[in-house]
Amino acid sequence: MAKITFITHDGQPHVVEAANGTSVMNAAIDNLVPGIDADCGGECSCATCHVVVDDAWWDKVGGPSDREESMLDLNPEREPHSRLSCQIPVRDELDGLVVNVPEFQM
Amino acid sequence: MSEAIALTADQDSLARAREEAYGAPLEALDVARPELFEQDVMWPYFERLRAEAPVHYCAESVFGPYWSVTTYDLIKEVDTSHEIFSSEPTIVIDDPDEDFDLPMFIAMDPPKHDEQRKVVSPVVGPRNLAALEPVIRQRVQTILDSLPVGETFDWVDRVSIELTTQMLATLFDFPWEERRKLTRWSDVTTANEESGIVESEEQRRAELYECLEYFTGLWHDRAGKAPGNDLISLLAHGEATRDLVNRPMEFLGNLVLLIVGGNDTTRNSLSGGVLALNLFPDQFTRLKADPGVIPNMVSEIIRWQTPLAHMRRTAKQDAVLGGQQIRAGDKVVMWYVSGNRDESMFRNADDFVIDRENARKHIAFGFGLHRCMGNRVAEMQLRIAWEEILKRFSHIEVVGEPVRVRSGFVKGYLELPVRVTAA
Ligand code: HEM
Ligand code: FES
Repeated sequence: MAKITFITHDGQPHVVEAANGTSVMNAAIDNLVPGIDADCGGECSCATCHVVVDDAWWDKVGGPSDREESMLDLNPEREPHSRLSCQIPVRDELDGLVVNVPEFQM
Repeated sequence: MSEAIALTADQDSLARAREEAYGAPLEALDVARPELFEQDVMWPYFERLRAEAPVHYCAESVFGPYWSVTTYDLIKEVDTSHEIFSSEPTIVIDDPDEDFDLPMFIAMDPPKHDEQRKVVSPVVGPRNLAALEPVIRQRVQTILDSLPVGETFDWVDRVSIELTTQMLATLFDFPWEERRKLTRWSDVTTANEESGIVESEEQRRAELYECLEYFTGLWHDRAGKAPGNDLISLLAHGEATRDLVNRPMEFLGNLVLLIVGGNDTTRNSLSGGVLALNLFPDQFTRLKADPGVIPNMVSEIIRWQTPLAHMRRTAKQDAVLGGQQIRAGDKVVMWYVSGNRDESMFRNADDFVIDRENARKHIAFGFGLHRCMGNRVAEMQLRIAWEEILKRFSHIEVVGEPVRVRSGFVKGYLELPVRVTAA
């Protein structure tokens, strides 16, 4: 179980509770957090679940896999701490996680 | 609507197709025959393949031997395994002419694909689009306001083609009065001997060289100016593409990719939506009651229409897919048109349901690295078009039979006679 805060583009925080094993993307979708499209349903194949991980959490969350890297890399608005949220599994260790939702998904 | 008009294949032809699809030995099925799409009778063939042979080998066809992949999950598997299933040398079932090969990034594997895509993708990215939205809306309004209310006209020509052409001209910052050149080049690119668009292959090439020459002119103009936000300027100033103009075939290939990619597809979605709302009139009633559903309807239109029926891959190595042994070098065709009607993913998949819950999960844009770069442009155009249509018209009635393209790749309409009623 982890509490996750999504900060949307307008600065609004959305706090949700998520069960272990689900993905950060699913936690957003299940709780109607705006700004995440997740067109491919979590298969690392659309890059429309882009989030930017808060600096303080980057080490715990960790970087993308090779496959995720290749999808992220196609996004011209990628930032150093960008991740695809469907590729971040929820775990106890991420309790308190803060991620930013970009203005646009592409 | 008059009884005599058949908006889809008539019942007799469909019944005959169904008989043939289920009567023939499985191995004899050849779903790529262009006439099936022209007559809109491919559905029972795909239905049988999904149920009995979702990875199916056709040993003989006008395109040579090929595999068909027809279920949602298996298509996704192929589309996301680019290490095994390559986009080179081409992404259509028909092989390229060896002496007229147009390299383009849609038909390249990483790393070259990624380098080139990254340069042009910002122009169709959401940020640029948000800036373009007011311009596009104004153009949509002008087009719709010019329609002859109460008279029969061709929706394809007056609305679908005009709108997508104006959009492209805007993205390219193309000389406005000459914008129908873009439509012509798009048509010429996908033309074949049967389509009646060009008289000969020589004519086709001559027209494409004309396109190259025209854009080379634009390139030099833009390269000499400060970087702008249009596609040509981005290519001319982009690090990975700055010398593209010196590789004329590749330059032409990438232009043609953007012209075709942005043209036929959105055009046929605009026509397909009108047809779908005539086939499912209760949906039109619901739409008028709740215009807020438009964004979801746009995804449903794209699912239902699937403007590109397939994409093709070529196996780089032996692989097992859905229990079938694929050999290195085999052609593998992902039939998006079938995946989007897969009942295990979409309930009552043949129905057009504007608030379908998982409409966004359609596969018409592909998946993975090559997933449509222009998806947001397409969605925006369709959304604005329907918002403005609803403000003006209470009904768009299809009053004549739609004429469909004879192709298993571009799935769309040559003509759609309609009459509109003012709201
Ligand atoms: C409803 C409209 C559209 C549909 C259904 C559609 C469909 C597709 C599909 C299926 C692909 C995947 C190709 C593959 O996997 O091999 C694709 C790629 C592409 N599309 Fe679209 N498209 C649409 C609109 C557009 C528009 C408006 C543009 C340009 C402004 C565009 C530009 C492209 C480009 C450049 C690619 C190549 C991407 C790559 O290889 O990385 N498309 N499109
Ligand atoms: S949901 Fe598609 S990549 Fe994450």
